[in-house]
Amino acid sequence: MRTHVRPSGVIDELRERIAKLEGSAVRKAEFLQFGIPEIDGKLPGGGLAFGALHEFAGGGAGTVDGAAAALMVAGIAARTKGKILWCLSRPDLFAPAISQAGLHPDRVIFVEADKEEDVLASFEEGLAFGGLGAVIGEIVRLPMTTSRRLQLAAEKSGTMGLALRRWRRQTEANDYGQPTASVTRWRISQLPSEDLPVGGVGRPRWLAELMRSRAGECAEFCVGACDAKGRLSLFPPMAYGQDQEGRGRWHAAS
Amino acid sequence: MVVISRAGSKRTICAADDAALKLGLRVGMPASKAQALVADLAMYDADPVGDLAALGKMALWMLRQYSPVVALDGVDGIVLDTEGADHLQGGEEMMISGMVNRLRGVGVTARAAVADTWGAAHAIARLTSAEWTVVPVSETAKAVLGLPIVCLRLPPETVNGLRVLGIDTVGQLSAMPRAPLTLRFGPEVGRRLDQFFGRVVEPIDPIRSPEIVEVNRPFAEPIGAAETIAKYVARLVKELCAELETRGLGVRRADLIVHRVDNTIQAIRAGLAKPVRDDKRLTRLLTDRIEKIEPGFGIEKLSLVAVWTEPLEERQQTSSLIEEAVVDVSPLVDILGNRGQRIYRITPVASDVPERSFKRVGPMSEETGLDWPSNWPRPSRLLAKPEEIEVLAVLPDSPPRTMTWRGKRRRIVRGDGPERVFGEWWLRDAELHAVRDYYVVEDDSGERYWVYRAGDGVDTTTGSHRWFLHGVFG
Repeated sequence: MRTHVRPSGVIDELRERIAKLEGSAVRKAEFLQFGIPEIDGKLPGGGLAFGALHEFAGGGAGTVDGAAAALMVAGIAARTKGKILWCLSRPDLFAPAISQAGLHPDRVIFVEADKEEDVLASFEEGLAFGGLGAVIGEIVRLPMTTSRRLQLAAEKSGTMGLALRRWRRQTEANDYGQPTASVTRWRISQLPSEDLPVGGVGRPRWLAELMRSRAGECAEFCVGACDAKGRLSLFPPMAYGQDQEGRGRWHAAS
Repeated sequence: MVVISRAGSKRTICAADDAALKLGLRVGMPASKAQALVADLAMYDADPVGDLAALGKMALWMLRQYSPVVALDGVDGIVLDTEGADHLQGGEEMMISGMVNRLRGVGVTARAAVADTWGAAHAIARLTSAEWTVVPVSETAKAVLGLPIVCLRLPPETVNGLRVLGIDTVGQLSAMPRAPLTLRFGPEVGRRLDQFFGRVVEPIDPIRSPEIVEVNRPFAEPIGAAETIAKYVARLVKELCAELETRGLGVRRADLIVHRVDNTIQAIRAGLAKPVRDDKRLTRLLTDRIEKIEPGFGIEKLSLVAVWTEPLEERQQTSSLIEEAVVDVSPLVDILGNRGQRIYRITPVASDVPERSFKRVGPMSEETGLDWPSNWPRPSRLLAKPEEIEVLAVLPDSPPRTMTWRGKRRRIVRGDGPERVFGEWWLRDAELHAVRDYYVVEDDSGERYWVYRAGDGVDTTTGSHRWFLHGVFG
């Protein structure tokens, strides 16, 4: 029995020593769980890493308005502790919706800048400050150098950086394929809402695509939008609505 | 109403209000003549000493509020060097209109102007009828050529002499050859003209009051490199903090004033959300904008002034080791705020009209704990102005079947509503009968929108029955 345990102990020790040499082991890596085993299992570390940059964008019309992505980001920020800094240049966010995603208005400090560069500067400053729960930046372009700066600032302070990408035109959104230094990259598209036995609009549903994950695999999930505590819920994949038959079923049901 | 001043036994009007001016009374008119013209004239004796004291008080207030370099301009004006300080008020126009409005709020009718030079601003503020004027950079000459020469701050005899020569405007005077003018009126005319057009600098000697904490650092050799400036700023901040500590104060607004060898003054202002005596934070704020300083031929003196201070007490911290420490975010707020970013929190307002249901408050204002009612879904993006859409809908209370927004026709699959919002008649008369019916609609691709109909669908006095799109759901 001992002979079986020993090698893994040696490996653990070696890992620890390597991590010490790398310097990042000074801070214990922490993760924010979604509370859904299917999603957490796909993410290395079992959740969204603190001290890292995560990118979110909408799909379709959401590339311009980023409505669903904003709620997703708000829900994640709501589950952290401490104040949230929200950097933006287009002040069209409707605060009651953010509060319905679990983010209390007292917790959010907005920084509005006229220029894109100022948004990035505020974003970086917020990440470097430390002591905030999360820093959110609504940004259009995120070149490699900038994203690396943001990622380094986040690593240093252990604050979670949430980049909410939204473009001026839907055609510009192919920029989202460009490589950046962010740890995960998500696309949140709207799906038809949950079916109700009566007329009306049920719980909104999203297709959350994990397009990139450092040291992890891509995945996609069909989730129910954030509830009042910022938590998602998983829907069975049969309700994706991506195939034409599924769509037809939704039409027939309405 | 007029104000009478005395010079020996001569009593003349030195100020008159609008009603008096309408009746034909003028400044400079003998008091007896005015009494003869208007029977029941309210006359008050002038109080020049009191006026000056009040003006000084106002200048000190402006020193705290608007700009690090403030001085009295004659007996009836205040001059401010707002360069490097206007961004804290949202730009020159916001600053000056705000200034005039705030003065009006306390019952002072003020005229204000922003221009490249002290002389030009002085003239424009006194001689234009607009409440406030902003002359764009390097367009001073265009704006002032037509102004009369009384605005040049010359002695009255000189002005009269020039008038005798047939010179009435600044433009005419500046076109005259300089030598004969100097021969006749002395060097004053040329000097004032040069100051007026910015050819000669005219530094403003800032006012100070005894309670203002100031530390200075003169240099034997002028300095210019950014690192050197940063080094001395750090030392000055240390000195200032030590001085503040002896007085038990914390700084809310600090100015770094840079005196250059060519006798010009530049200033960097740093504002803080809470009183602070932490030298690292203050140094960071001041050196953050060090690239704004143009050293020119060199800096001969740096001074650091705490224009606005508040008592700051030492507080003992109790640590229970269990509670999580509440992080003070004011250093971050200060850094971002001093870069000119708008920084705010959004807090609920008791109103059902969506665009009135929130307001912006200061980032460090008290946390109220208030939240919006959560019984109706709200869109995550709200359009600044509702956009009109074309719909097919059954009146009076079902959601639309199709809608066309921004040129794209969408089939509506589901809808929820109406949520009726009544107009707020206590704010505007036009809203007495106004009604909006809000619907949540979802199109066949799963995109959800917030649309409303102006009116209740039955009675046309409640609205035009046109449809608008107001928000986008996530």
